[in-house]
Amino acid sequence: MPQEQKISLEQVRHVARLSRLAITEQQAQKYAVQLESILEYIAKMGQVDMAGVEPMAHALPIHNVLREDLVEPSLSREQVLQNAPQTDGPFFKVPKIIGGDEDSAG
Amino acid sequence: MLPFDTIQAARHAIRSRQISARQLVDHALQRIEAHDRRVRAFNSVHTDRARERADAVDAGLIQGPLAGIPIAVKDNLCTRFGTTTCSSKMLATFHAPYDATVVRKLESAGAIILGKTNLDEFAMGSSTENSAFGPTHNPWDTERVPGGSSGGSAAALAAGMCCGSIGSDTGGSIRQPAALCGLVGLKPTYGRVSRYGLVAYASSLDQVGPFGWTVADTALLLQTMAGHDPRDATSVNQPVPDYLADLDRPVAGLRIGIVKEYQLAAGMDPQVKAAVDDALRKYQELGAELVEVSLPHAEYAIAAYYVIAPCEASSNLARYDGVHYGHRTAAEVKDIVELYSKSRAEGFGEEVQRRIMIGTYALSSGYYDAYYLTALKMRALIRRDFDRAFDKCDLIACPTSPVPAFRIGEKSGGDPLQMYLVDVFTVTANIAAIPGLSLPCGFTSGEKPLPVGLQLMGPVFSEERLLRAARMYEAATDWHRRRPVL
Repeated sequence: MPQEQKISLEQVRHVARLSRLAITEQQAQKYAVQLESILEYIAKMGQVDMAGVEPMAHALPIHNVLREDLVEPSLSREQVLQNAPQTDGPFFKVPKIIGGDEDSAG
Repeated sequence: MLPFDTIQAARHAIRSRQISARQLVDHALQRIEAHDRRVRAFNSVHTDRARERADAVDAGLIQGPLAGIPIAVKDNLCTRFGTTTCSSKMLATFHAPYDATVVRKLESAGAIILGKTNLDEFAMGSSTENSAFGPTHNPWDTERVPGGSSGGSAAALAAGMCCGSIGSDTGGSIRQPAALCGLVGLKPTYGRVSRYGLVAYASSLDQVGPFGWTVADTALLLQTMAGHDPRDATSVNQPVPDYLADLDRPVAGLRIGIVKEYQLAAGMDPQVKAAVDDALRKYQELGAELVEVSLPHAEYAIAAYYVIAPCEASSNLARYDGVHYGHRTAAEVKDIVELYSKSRAEGFGEEVQRRIMIGTYALSSGYYDAYYLTALKMRALIRRDFDRAFDKCDLIACPTSPVPAFRIGEKSGGDPLQMYLVDVFTVTANIAAIPGLSLPCGFTSGEKPLPVGLQLMGPVFSEERLLRAARMYEAATDWHRRRPVL
């Protein structure tokens, strides 16, 4: 656990970019202080010796559930599109995807 | 209040024709009309639909154990009627194309859903102040919060606007508002109730559950909702017991665990502590034995929670892209990434943004082991603590919330941790997947007395035992009969 972690403004901007959140400079400054205090609080887990402890993603034993590969009723195209902010016929409408900044690659 | 304000009383009154379903629903709608401008429990009310369904009950066309009972459901449960907003600008106009399984089950049982209730945006919060539509007010003192995130469901019931209500609990979001509003609230074992149609916040922690004025009402709502659902792969395929059959039979030889570490918890309100201590003495009078147990890792529960929940949230909320559904920016954008980023920044409130960012940070390259993996190991340790404790006791009792209802604005200032710490006694149950129940155990003194809640937690699938133990106390006390005056 990084005990002396200090979260910089640049890191906040980076995380906001990864999170696809166009935050303002003012928000970035506020979040930097708040995230720092939250991460500091979280870091107290580092006090505990966890050698040999298996991580637990679910507290109940959960198994993959499979069903017969049969066609079942699903939403109609109209229902799927009914909440879309912009559509074009049977399609979701989006701005140009290819040729954006490096973030849009991959 | 309603002429019959508990589910059991209303059921009896409708069946014996003391009142029609339509009359009861009209009473409830009048309460909403008269008081919801102040309480702000509802995001939307579906008057015509409720009246139509009530008339259908009276005509014998809708039957079932909840026939004609007016209820309210949290606005993060999908309904084909109206909107499902999660109290977020992101989903302000979202019309779900399907019903949540719990909604379907409740309506199949004859319940009348009056409307959808306010919450902290995407269920992230403990006061309902994080709603994009404004805070809900506590009916016991409207200058105070009802708790959260299911504050609208708790306030609607406490204000006498319905006979029962439904919330969701990821870190205490049913139990804490139940405590702050003087109600019974239950978070079932993870997997006991289907999450299908519950808008996801933290999928390994989220669970749907009921609010009632009484233990019996809470049991009846759980009975209606519980069970396996092929549409939720995490719902557990295990028979649902009859929660009401033995409800009035006290648990013989009940051993109640008192958590050693909680006795020293900082920030505990002395009146909360006194009410909880009195409740434990009452249990002793009723024949229960108190045993000391230890949860050595409980002090790290909030730290683990604020890694696990934001990590899962950052992934779950990645779906809000301004393309398929939800808010889309009106600004000119140069490419798809800018469309995502502007839509999300405009659509999400600050607490949601913070949690997405914490989760994204904790899962990002180089930090995964230090945060997420550590939190999952802590989860294993906390679960082991509970397993060991339940070797020595049948259930654990502690305060639900360290404080009674706080003032609107009191904890929503610049430091989000102040709000997070309110969940100190509740997050552990979500982390360990165990059931937890809050029931009224007293009131603070003062001009406007505020309810205090006692929390009972048990091993997985011990809901029946929790309800019976809660009923023992309820049968010996009168707290559950008190009502706020609006």
